[in-house]
Amino acid sequence: MTESQSPTTSTLRARDYKSGVTPVWCPGCGHHGVLAALTRALAHLELPRERLALISGIGCSSRLPAYVAAYGFHGVHGRALALAGGLKAARPELTVLVLGGDGDGFSIGGNHFLHACRRNQDLTYVVMDNEVYGMTKGQASPTTAPDWQQAKLTPHGTGMPRFLPTAIALAAGAGFIARGFSGDPAGLSRLLVEAIEYPGFALVHVLTPCPTFRPEHRDWKGRVHVDDTGPSTDPVAAARRIQADDGKTLGLLFRRALTPWRAEQAPACTLEEIESGLLA
Amino acid sequence: MPCNRDPVAPEGMLAITGAGGHGALTTAQILLAALGRAGVHGLLTRAAGPQIRGGESAATLRFASRPVACMADRLDLLLGLDWANVERFVDELPVDADTLILQDVASVPPPPCLTGCGARVRALPLAARAAEIPGGRANMVALGALGGWLGLSHAALSAASERVLASKDAATRAAAIACLEAGLGLVEQGGCAPVGGAAGLWNLSGNEAAGLGALRAGVRFVAAYPITPATELLEWLAPRLPQRDGQLLQAEDELAAVNMVIGASFGGVAALTATSGPGLSLMVEGLGLAVASETPLVVVDVQRGGPSTGIPTKTEQSDLGLALYGLHGDAPHLVLAPLGIADCCFTLEWAVGLAEHLQTVAIVLSDQALGQSRAIVDPPPRAPQLPSRLVPDGPLDAPFQRYAPSVDGRSPMPAPGRSGCRYVAEGLEHDASGTPSSLAADHRQQLDKRARKLDGLDPGPDWAEIRGRGTRCLVTWGSSAGAVFEAAARLTAAGRPTRVIALRLIAPLARAALREALDGAAWIWVVELNQDGQLFAHLHAQRVLPPQARALARPGPLAWRPGEIVAAVLDAEETDD
Ligand SMILES: Cc1ncc(C[n+]2csc(CCOP(=O)(O)OP(=O)(O)O)c2C)c(N)n1
Ligand code: SF4
Repeated sequence: MTESQSPTTSTLRARDYKSGVTPVWCPGCGHHGVLAALTRALAHLELPRERLALISGIGCSSRLPAYVAAYGFHGVHGRALALAGGLKAARPELTVLVLGGDGDGFSIGGNHFLHACRRNQDLTYVVMDNEVYGMTKGQASPTTAPDWQQAKLTPHGTGMPRFLPTAIALAAGAGFIARGFSGDPAGLSRLLVEAIEYPGFALVHVLTPCPTFRPEHRDWKGRVHVDDTGPSTDPVAAARRIQADDGKTLGLLFRRALTPWRAEQAPACTLEEIESGLLA
Repeated sequence: MPCNRDPVAPEGMLAITGAGGHGALTTAQILLAALGRAGVHGLLTRAAGPQIRGGESAATLRFASRPVACMADRLDLLLGLDWANVERFVDELPVDADTLILQDVASVPPPPCLTGCGARVRALPLAARAAEIPGGRANMVALGALGGWLGLSHAALSAASERVLASKDAATRAAAIACLEAGLGLVEQGGCAPVGGAAGLWNLSGNEAAGLGALRAGVRFVAAYPITPATELLEWLAPRLPQRDGQLLQAEDELAAVNMVIGASFGGVAALTATSGPGLSLMVEGLGLAVASETPLVVVDVQRGGPSTGIPTKTEQSDLGLALYGLHGDAPHLVLAPLGIADCCFTLEWAVGLAEHLQTVAIVLSDQALGQSRAIVDPPPRAPQLPSRLVPDGPLDAPFQRYAPSVDGRSPMPAPGRSGCRYVAEGLEHDASGTPSSLAADHRQQLDKRARKLDGLDPGPDWAEIRGRGTRCLVTWGSSAGAVFEAAARLTAAGRPTRVIALRLIAPLARAALREALDGAAWIWVVELNQDGQLFAHLHAQRVLPPQARALARPGPLAWRPGEIVAAVLDAEETDD
C-alpha cells in the first residue's frame, strides 16, 4: 500500500504502526510486549508515521525500530541517545523516540544517559531492561544483581551493586521517570503516551524479561506491583521513594515541569555580512 | 632593519617573544592586521610555553608583497619583550649573524643561544617611553617602532590596534595608540617597507577559514567536544551558525558528537564535527556507521603531534593513516587536506559538497600550523558546486528501497517528514530496502554500491595543485604544500626545474590523473610532516609511485621550512651523482 492510499492518521490502528517485518526475537521475549504497547500508544496519539523517528543502538531490544512503520535509525551500540539528540536538535518538529537495552543504555552508553537527562531535549527514552545482555548470549549487565552466577564471564557474580536507572536519572536531572512492564502492555502503553506527550526528556524504564538467558524472570509477572499514588513532583521526595523501592514498582514515579533544551538563536545574517568581518 | 632588498618582492620575517602578559602575540596580531590594511600579505604563527594561560610565547610573522604560504628559513628581526624562558623557543627562532635582535635598553642581554651566532643587538627605550604614558605598555611602543620600519602609516597601525583590542576598555585602547605614536618616533620610517596596496585582502586563521567553508557549503548543524587545536573553529562557528539558521551543540564527548552529527544529517541537515587526533580516534566507529548507513557528514581533524595526547599545541601530519585506514570493514570514504590557510575554506566547502553528494563521510585533515596560524590572504574562491543530496522524486513504489543499487551507487535519501518513503537507516549489513541481512549476495551488492559511489567520482581539476615542470617532482599534501611550493620555486630558480603535486583529495585517489602528473619525473620525493611517511606508503600501496620515488618525511612539531627541503633534495642528488 502506498502512503497516498493509506488511512488518515485518525483512523490508524496499532497494527498500522507495525512495519510488517517479522521480529528476530525469541518466542516469549519481553520485547514483543514492548512493541505491542508502543504501537498501541502511537495509535492512541494519532501520530503521523512519517513524522516519527525511532532511534536505537545495538542489542535484541534495539532491533525494535525495524518493526515499526516510521522513520528509524539502527545505529551503533550505546550511542542511540546521542544520535537522537542530534536529530531532535536539527528537526525539533519530529517526534523522536529512543529505544534500547540496559547494556546499550547504562553500560556502553552510560555517559550519554547522564547527559541526555541533563540536556532535557524533548525525547522519550524506552529502556527494555532484562538484566542481561541478550544479544551476546547472557553476560551480566549493569542492572544484574551482584550475585548472579550464570554468566561465563562472571562465574562468581559481578560483585558490583546494581545500576539504578530511575535513581540515576533523577540525580542527573531528568523530569519524567516512569517504570513499566512488558507483560502489561495496556499499562505500559498508557505510560508511553504520557512520556511522549511530556515536553522534555522522559525515561520509561521497562522491566522486560529475557526468557532465554534469565528464565527465572518469568516470575516478574507476580512480583510487579502498580503504584497509583501518582508521580512525585519534588526531587527529594522522589529520591526517597525510588531508593526505598524494590525495583518492581510500576507507574509514573516522578514528573516535574522543566524548561526543555533550546538551541541558541540569533538574527539572520547573509554570508556576505559574515565575510565582511574577515576583511583585513 | 635588514631585509630582503629585492625591489620586486621586499619581504621579511620577524619574531616577538615575551612572558605571559607582555603581549607578544597581541603585538604580532596588530602588526599583521596593519600589514593587511596596507595591502601586504603575511603569515603569523604562534608557539606557546607549557602554561595553560599566561605563559611565555613566541609569535613569528612573515610578510611579503605576494601570498605567504610558509615561514622563511631565517629571522630578519627578533624582538624580545623579555627573555624569560626563551630557550623553550630556540627551535622556532632561526637567528643568524644577519638577524637584528631588538630589546629594551634596561633589559638583560639575550641568552647565548640567541647571540652565539653573531646576531647584532640593538636596544630601544621601550619601557621608558611607555612609562611616560598613563597605562602605557612597552610592547605597544615596540609595535610603533616595528610598524615604522615597515613603513606602516599611523592610520593603519591605530586602526589595526583598535580592531585587535576591540574588547578592551577605551582607556587601554587610547594608551595603546599613544604608545604606538611614541614608538613610531623612535626609528627611521620605512626602513624596510614591503610593497603593499593589494586590495580586498582578508585576515583569517585556518580554523576561521574552515568555519567559513562550512557556512558557504550550507552546514547547519555542528556537534563537537572541545580540543586543541580545533576549538577556535568551533568558537568561530558557535555565534555564526544561528545567524545562518543553524546551531552548534557542545557534546559530552566525541562519541556523542559524531553520533549527533549522524542524527542531524539523517534529519536532512548538512552536518559537521571538528576535533583533533584523540577525538578522531574516538569517532571512528561512528564514521563506519555513517559509511554503512550512507549518512553524509564531515569531520575536520585539526592535527597535532601524536600519538596519544602527544603535543597538543604544535603541528604534525601524522593522522593520515588513521583517516585512511582507521575504519573497520571495507568502508569507502573521502579524505581531503587543505593546502593552506585560505584553502581551508575551499577544501571544507568542497568536502561538504562531496560528502552530501556521495552520501558518505569526508575527513578533512587540517593541522595546528594551518588552524592556529593567521594570514593576510586573497579572498578564497568558492568550491565547485556539486549536485546536492539525492532525494526521492515523484510517486514511489512501496516498499521504499533506500539502498537500491544504481549505476553510480547513489540512491535517494529522504528526510523524515516525507511521506511514502519511510525507512530505517541501518548499520547492520542490509538489503536494498534496509532490512538487516547477512546474505553473501546482499553484502556484495551493498559493498559494491558504496564503493561505486567513490570509484565513479570525477573530482575535476581540484584533486591537486600542480605547479611547474621539470624532471624533479615533489609530491606533498596538506599544510606542507606551502613550504614545498617555495622550495620548488627556489630549486627552479637555481636551474633545477622542479614540479610540485600537492594533493587536496587523498581518498579516493585520482590515480590516473596522478600518474599523468608524475609522467617524466626522474626524481620524486614525497614530502610530509610525519615520521613514517604515511602518504608515501599509501601512494605505494595505490601503485602510483615508480620505484625510484623516495620519502622526505620527518615528524613535527616544527613545520617544514623551504630551505630544509631544498637542502635535502640537493643532498640526495649529490649522493646520486
Ligand atoms: C562496540 C560494541 N561492543 C560490543 C558489541 C556487542 N554487543 C552487541 S549487543 C550487546 C549487549 C546488548 O545488551 P542489551 O543492550 O542489554 O540488549 P538486549 O540484547 O539484552 O536486548 C553487546 C555487548 C557491539 N555490537 N558493539
Ligand atoms: S535473547 Fe533474550 S532478549 Fe534476546 S530476543 Fe531472546 S529472549 Fe529476547
